[in-house]
Amino acid sequence: MGIDRREFIRIAGLSTLLGLGGTGAFELLAPGRVEAEIIPALGSLKAKRWVMVINQKELDDNTAQQCAAACHRVHNVPDFLNPPDAKLKLNPAVAHRYQVKWLWTEHFHNAFPGDAPAHMAEKVEHMNFLVLCNHCQNPPCVRVCPTKATFQRDDGIVMMDMHRCIGCRFCMAGCPYGSRSFNWRDPRPYVKENYPGYPTREIGVVEKCTFCAERLAQGLQPACVETSRGAIVFGDLEDEKSEVREYLRKYFTIRRKAHLGTNPQVYYIV
Amino acid sequence: MLEKALVGTKRYYGLLAILAGLFALGFLFYLKQLNFGLGITGLSRDVSWGFYVAQFTYLVGVAASAVMVVLPYYLHNYKAFGRVTILGEFLAVAAVTMCITFITVDLGRPDRILNVLKYPTPGSVLFWDMIVLNGYLLLNIVIGWNVLECERHSVAPPKWIKVLSYVSIPWAVSIHTVTAFLYAGLPGRGYWLTAIMAPRFLSSAFAAGPSLLILLCLLVRKYSKFDPGKEQIQTLAKIVTYATLINVFFFMCEVFTVFYSQLPDHMAHFQYLFVGLDGKTQLVPFMWFALVGMTIAGLFLVNPKLRKNETTLAALCGLVIITTYIDKGLGLISGGFVPNPLEQVTEYWPTVPEAIITLGVWAMGFLILTVLYKIAVSIKEEVKS
Ligand code: SF4
Ligand code: SF4
Repeated sequence: MGIDRREFIRIAGLSTLLGLGGTGAFELLAPGRVEAEIIPALGSLKAKRWVMVINQKELDDNTAQQCAAACHRVHNVPDFLNPPDAKLKLNPAVAHRYQVKWLWTEHFHNAFPGDAPAHMAEKVEHMNFLVLCNHCQNPPCVRVCPTKATFQRDDGIVMMDMHRCIGCRFCMAGCPYGSRSFNWRDPRPYVKENYPGYPTREIGVVEKCTFCAERLAQGLQPACVETSRGAIVFGDLEDEKSEVREYLRKYFTIRRKAHLGTNPQVYYIV
Repeated sequence: MLEKALVGTKRYYGLLAILAGLFALGFLFYLKQLNFGLGITGLSRDVSWGFYVAQFTYLVGVAASAVMVVLPYYLHNYKAFGRVTILGEFLAVAAVTMCITFITVDLGRPDRILNVLKYPTPGSVLFWDMIVLNGYLLLNIVIGWNVLECERHSVAPPKWIKVLSYVSIPWAVSIHTVTAFLYAGLPGRGYWLTAIMAPRFLSSAFAAGPSLLILLCLLVRKYSKFDPGKEQIQTLAKIVTYATLINVFFFMCEVFTVFYSQLPDHMAHFQYLFVGLDGKTQLVPFMWFALVGMTIAGLFLVNPKLRKNETTLAALCGLVIITTYIDKGLGLISGGFVPNPLEQVTEYWPTVPEAIITLGVWAMGFLILTVLYKIAVSIKEEVKS
């Protein structure tokens, strides 16, 4: 966040004085400065550039699935394939179309298309790679968004303002990793248990992984990192002494489609 | 001049009633879409743009093609086109109106459409597309209306109208170029990531638009006392001929680059469209029909006998319209999304509600077109007598 709490309140107060209270107060601010629901508390985690290193060697399939489930739970991501109520069951093709995914698993040849040799280490071939938004340093999704509803924060996190998004889905066409989902219908009935720490979404807006910006603001690690039993590390790329830098020094890492110039900030140890 | 739209034959009223009915039906389904969300369409996480965006793209081309009558008239003083410029401009008005409607219908949150103006983002091509489309609409309304008004009173149009007409020429090119840039600048979408995109858009536009104009001219001649003219139609036919051939040529250029370079993520989309991928072959027959049909239409049109005979000309123009429509309306958008960035194949096909909403927007466009053409033709008849 490029703004501290006091300043936030000052600006918000000012706008109220001007008769611009409510959501209007937020809309006056440039994106990236502030989001409606995230005000960093004392002890929040801060970085110059957040990055994630996924150590696939240490990540068993079970844990990978648990990471995805944890992420989807704390973000109220609907599950159209296995609805909470049998009455809501959808035709599988339709459920597939509606899917919302923040963090999920893919095989090597899907996560890294074009990079798989004909004969590769069996272990890697069947490995479940966790994939998510790469919080690209040069993000095409931000470039194409006509409203700045998708924007990049100073700490590198590519954020969504779901109150501003017009649902044009240009960002979905722009993302070369398929990291974004759209709310094709009301997601709420398909959210298993309502998690109070995060808002549910309305129809017609795009969403994706936010590197758990709301948890960082509370001083917590991202949900997947917490669930990963040490297989995922998260930290500041600009901090030489950070764990992520240590990993990047120690291991050879790969990134998804780095040749596209997006400079993805999720690194994989294979 | 509006009063001219109010009096007409039974057939005119009948046509308006049918179009209004279709529009109303589409609107009802749109209300359903507003309520349920875009989930009533066939779109998906993998193919996130479809029929609506395809119609929009196709119609931007139709709108841009008005330049093909305006340019010869104003820049080359080709007098014959003076009779038909108004038809081209009014076609552009109807087409751009449909474009803007299709974009709106495609939005997840149409209630927030003004956010594009509230938070102007010059880095986004969509922002520019909005500007050029609205500008083009305004230009054509103002020019068309004033020129017609002057014609009615048998006075020369004022100078500023001429200036605006000159402005509208590069503007027409810009609307289709900017629309192509929506697609052509996205890394990781191999089918679209090509510099030939904008030229291909323009060539197919200058094939499809004038084809439609020829058919409309023939209809106008048949059902009114105003004859757009044999020479005019023949000149348009030549434009169609070469635009169609150039369009096929551009396509072949792309095919060469993609298949000689053997870049997998560029080839995959062509494979999906022309032979199928992972056993998914839904679009294959359509794409072959479009490619072969377009080539045949172009080659046949070169033959003066077939071109000069207005019956064969009309049939070939129809073929050009259908094949360019398949190419842009079905292939271009889904083809760009299949396979997805993870090389998985999810196919797309519009649903019934989606098709009805689409039909409704077309009906609205043709309603506008009918009224505008009625006005134009009535004025022309009045001046003649
Ligand atoms: S992975 Fe996709 S959504 Fe995430 S920052 Fe990169 S381009 Fe944007
Ligand atoms: S769908 Fe929303 S976030 Fe994506 S480009 Fe459009 S306005 Fe921006």
